[in-house]
Amino acid sequence: MEYEHLIEHAEIVHRCFRCGYCKFPGDYVDFNCPSYKAFGWDTYSPGGRMWLIRAWLNDEINTSPHFAEILYSCVACDNCKDQCVFPKFKDILPDIFQETKAGLVTEGKIPPAVRDYFKAIIANGNPFKAPQKLRGKWAEGTEIQPFSNQEYLFYVGCVGSYDEIGIEMARSVGTLLHESGLSIGILGSQETCDGNEVKVLGETGLFSQLAEDNIRKFKEKGVKKIITLDPHALNVFKKEYPKLGGNFNVFHYTEILAGLMKEKRIALSDFRAKVTYHDPCYLGRHNLIYAPPREILKSIPGLELVEMRRNNVNAFCCGGGGGNYFTDILGAGNNSPGRVRIREAIETGARIVAVACPSCAKMLTDAVKVEEQEDKLEVLNIAEIVWRARSK
Amino acid sequence: MHALKFDENVCAACPSADCLLKCQYMVFNKNEAHEEMMKVVKGQNSRVLQECVTCYACEEYCKRGNHPFYLISERREEKGIYTAPRPITNQWINMTQMQGKSMVGKIKDKALSSCLIPALGGLGSGEIFKDVASAMVFGAEFMCPAVHTHFAKMSVIKERLPIVIENFNQLGVKEVICLHDECYGTYTSIASAYGMNVPFQPIYYMDFLLDRLKELRNKIKPLNIKAAYQRPCSNRLIPDKHPLVKKILDFIGVELPDRKYQDENCLCCADILRSVSGYRLANDIQQRNIEDMLKTGAKYCVFNCPACQSTLSEKVAKKGLTPIHIIDLCKMAIGEKEREVQ
Amino acid sequence: MSGILKSLIEILGDRGVSNSPEELWFYSRDPGVLAPHLPDYVVAPETTEQVQKVVQLANRERIPIVPMGNGMALTGLVIPLKGGIVMDMKRMNKILEVNEKARYVVVEGGTSQGVLKAYLQDHYPRLRHSLPDAPPVTTIAANVALHGQGRLTQQYGFNSDMVTGLEVVLPTGDICKIGSPSLGPYWFSKGPTLPDLSGLFLGWLGTTGIFTKVGLKLYPNKKFRDVELFVTDRVELVSEILYKLTHLEMLEDINVWFQPKPFMFKDNFHITIYFTGDTEEEIEFKRKMIWDAVQEFIDTKDGGFMGLQFMKERLLEMPQRGVADFADVPKGGGFEYSGPITLVEHFPQYAAKVIELAAKYNVLYASSARIISGGHSMMFSISFAFNRKDPAMMNRVKNALDEATGFALEMGGIPWKPNFMEQKMTMQKMDPNTLKLLQMVKRNLDPRGIMNPGNWEVS
Repeated sequence: MEYEHLIEHAEIVHRCFRCGYCKFPGDYVDFNCPSYKAFGWDTYSPGGRMWLIRAWLNDEINTSPHFAEILYSCVACDNCKDQCVFPKFKDILPDIFQETKAGLVTEGKIPPAVRDYFKAIIANGNPFKAPQKLRGKWAEGTEIQPFSNQEYLFYVGCVGSYDEIGIEMARSVGTLLHESGLSIGILGSQETCDGNEVKVLGETGLFSQLAEDNIRKFKEKGVKKIITLDPHALNVFKKEYPKLGGNFNVFHYTEILAGLMKEKRIALSDFRAKVTYHDPCYLGRHNLIYAPPREILKSIPGLELVEMRRNNVNAFCCGGGGGNYFTDILGAGNNSPGRVRIREAIETGARIVAVACPSCAKMLTDAVKVEEQEDKLEVLNIAEIVWRARSK
Repeated sequence: MHALKFDENVCAACPSADCLLKCQYMVFNKNEAHEEMMKVVKGQNSRVLQECVTCYACEEYCKRGNHPFYLISERREEKGIYTAPRPITNQWINMTQMQGKSMVGKIKDKALSSCLIPALGGLGSGEIFKDVASAMVFGAEFMCPAVHTHFAKMSVIKERLPIVIENFNQLGVKEVICLHDECYGTYTSIASAYGMNVPFQPIYYMDFLLDRLKELRNKIKPLNIKAAYQRPCSNRLIPDKHPLVKKILDFIGVELPDRKYQDENCLCCADILRSVSGYRLANDIQQRNIEDMLKTGAKYCVFNCPACQSTLSEKVAKKGLTPIHIIDLCKMAIGEKEREVQ
Repeated sequence: MSGILKSLIEILGDRGVSNSPEELWFYSRDPGVLAPHLPDYVVAPETTEQVQKVVQLANRERIPIVPMGNGMALTGLVIPLKGGIVMDMKRMNKILEVNEKARYVVVEGGTSQGVLKAYLQDHYPRLRHSLPDAPPVTTIAANVALHGQGRLTQQYGFNSDMVTGLEVVLPTGDICKIGSPSLGPYWFSKGPTLPDLSGLFLGWLGTTGIFTKVGLKLYPNKKFRDVELFVTDRVELVSEILYKLTHLEMLEDINVWFQPKPFMFKDNFHITIYFTGDTEEEIEFKRKMIWDAVQEFIDTKDGGFMGLQFMKERLLEMPQRGVADFADVPKGGGFEYSGPITLVEHFPQYAAKVIELAAKYNVLYASSARIISGGHSMMFSISFAFNRKDPAMMNRVKNALDEATGFALEMGGIPWKPNFMEQKMTMQKMDPNTLKLLQMVKRNLDPRGIMNPGNWEVS
């Protein structure tokens, strides 16, 4: 079947000058587009993608596995949106990539790993193909209660529910919030996928379904405020759910934790460590939350916080976004984003990389292993660091 | 075409000639001052037409409302005398040309005017302006053309001001809150000097600010800081509003120690003066002004005008003063803005 | 799989070669107005040895080879006019050495301007290089290969004048060191006091060899940098103003520009004057000297300094991100410019020509000139924007640029980074013996005609 190539923002695509600013961070220290860094072809850069999309829209190139790989190698880190020098359309760049992916979904011409991801979500409600009934298992042994009109719903997400590292993170964050006296409850086995990656990967129909189900469920349960473990969930709850009628007050756990520490509700002892913080893209660039994680770390006595060369808005993505955590399109080569980021962390002299996202936690932990730096560097989520610093 | 309403006889019978006698840049004895002003009045050549730096001060010094500065500008234009170089003069005319690109918010009976100054958009926000911020207008179509007095282009003002007034009129507003002295000065002083009817009530933003601070008094935590105030040239067009500065600062716990260059003796930021009279004079003015601020022990330099702020911020900051607009100072006082410190 | 493809994969690994339609399509074109031409392969080497082996293969098989940086010259110099192999140099992006005392750096053939800037800021803050306003991903090697200019050109000449040595892979596959590196480990001279062989490669637009290493002069990086903007509406005064300013011998960069929009720039010529210093006193002294140098024009009201509060940050950016903005004026993602090198005193004629061409071809223009070497010459850019969706507009821009080049040649100027047609125009005007020499050099260096064929081609 022949498909006409159509995307919503088609009229913008030809305006890209492919100047390459999108490849860099604001100070040009190194290439900051993860797919361009990993693959090294201009076609894998944002400008390259835009030009190829133009060719695709004009039928100068056909849909192909290679074209699909180029599109799906984008990790949705938003660096290009921040660095593009054309103010009139820079903000639409990620939308154009997403719309093109949606076009590929419609054509059925997506990479197998992406197809498998969608299948798993449809069949199992999560990309790990794990049973729904085990979704709340991470909370066993903690005192965190099912949601029943507490002040906050603590939403954990797929990675936090099923991935080993994600589960550690969910437990450490959840327990810390609970023991600080915060009124939180969880959905446990009733929790379902937030849909952020589904949307980014172009399955808009599936996303709408997931989102509408969640919105209905949250409303039925009387949820007003949500704390997310995962910045991906934060992003989609804050930006996309309101368009479908789901208006909730959404926070990332670091925002809440920073408040608790400011109010001195968590007693801390000395914790001498040199720590560097990795800005998750969905917390930092997407949602402009840079300060709270740093405030938490700085408030721990004895902790020395050092910044990586690329930090805040210039942070280099771990490579986990855009579904790549699951699809692994970027691979684990020498220039894979996770490995590049770990090398950058090591340069700071830090012994701990603090993370605030379960995807980052997993990507960077794996990268430490591939780089054979387990004796030099530990990846810990912020709550775990606070735990270590808690007064006995 | 609108003509300047001034009365030759008022100047002829003036006992003081303060307009020129008090001038901070030209030196006259009393007789000379009167003589030179009469030459200007009569359209003759006078050194005033070459040497006036366009600081606006004589508009304040003349207590008889006879608009000496507007007259000087008119005479300059009649004689083809440029203040700033011709390309700079024309650049300002081009820069402020109406292009149909204005932004108009949700207007009912009030408009909040940010003229053509983007910084005013940010200032006119938050709790203090919550009831009017959505009624903001911005653009050349709503820009007060007063700046062209600096360039002796009164014809531009006479051409554009009626259009601007009519643009406001078309919005159906009863009041226009002017976030800039120059706007308020235009709709009061300049409009009246040229016999232009202004069908809305111009509201000076400091009047609005003081009223709002009184309403928000329970939120105010006194700032307990010492500051120096940078009075803009355009405040000379509305000298009756100058006392509001001290009232506002007193209300929010900001001490304004006396200094040499204050009130009628204030020095302008010298930005446009630099184009008119050169860098030496501009540097000298800025240096004396800032040194005078520092002598008071002030920690903050309070601005009223974004153009002054943009010109002097870096310079005062280098000397240890925190530059801040008076609106932002009020926002600090009500806890809406983090305290800014050097 | 073809034998060539297999050989390339053996040299570069399968991630270093592509003949996928997507890469071929992308690398067949640049963002300018010239028509694309598909290559047969795209390669991205990471070492000099890989470059050498590819060139040897190309030589053996008589396959054209086109080296490229980021392709932002815009005049089609990276378009493989006769197919063959496009060689993307950007994976060779290391900074190999900085000699702080001798003030030079050695970079690889694909190292970008931006990375060098950031590296120097981080590790050698007292040093800087002559950064062009091209996007920072453009490469140092490509910039010097086409006699590019940058922020220090007013003081020190073309960026190619700042080369301190080269490593070149010749069209035969031999690796050749040029200048002091040919004698030892130091990269302080591209030629003198030996016969200057760098002239066989600089300006040849990739037709005589591929740069795998470039040595580049670095210069003192002062603590402060400031700018003044002098404006006149009398074009005939521009060269005199520039003469007075360059006489000071204390300025970093001088640009002269004019454009019809935004309105604030209408009808005026703007001279942006950059200067640096290590102390506030030095800066203020230079500012006073600048003002005094042009006081006579201020006195006659023919020129004056603009207040810069709202523009200063943008003007001081390096590179200036707003330069690319012009591409979006017709909402079409493109602009291209002709930037002939010419005498400063010809500024009024060139300025008139820009406006005439814009009217004749109904295209949007902007123009900027950069003073070179204290005013010995200037680069005068005639820039037209186009909408990529409008082929007729692109064609008009192309014709306007061709006419601009013809005009420049008539005026005795030198086209800068000319496209292959403009090269032909240049060679037609060239002194016949000069042309013979050019042809001799090219034929001897590239006997099989594989290096960026179609360019500097003498029939």
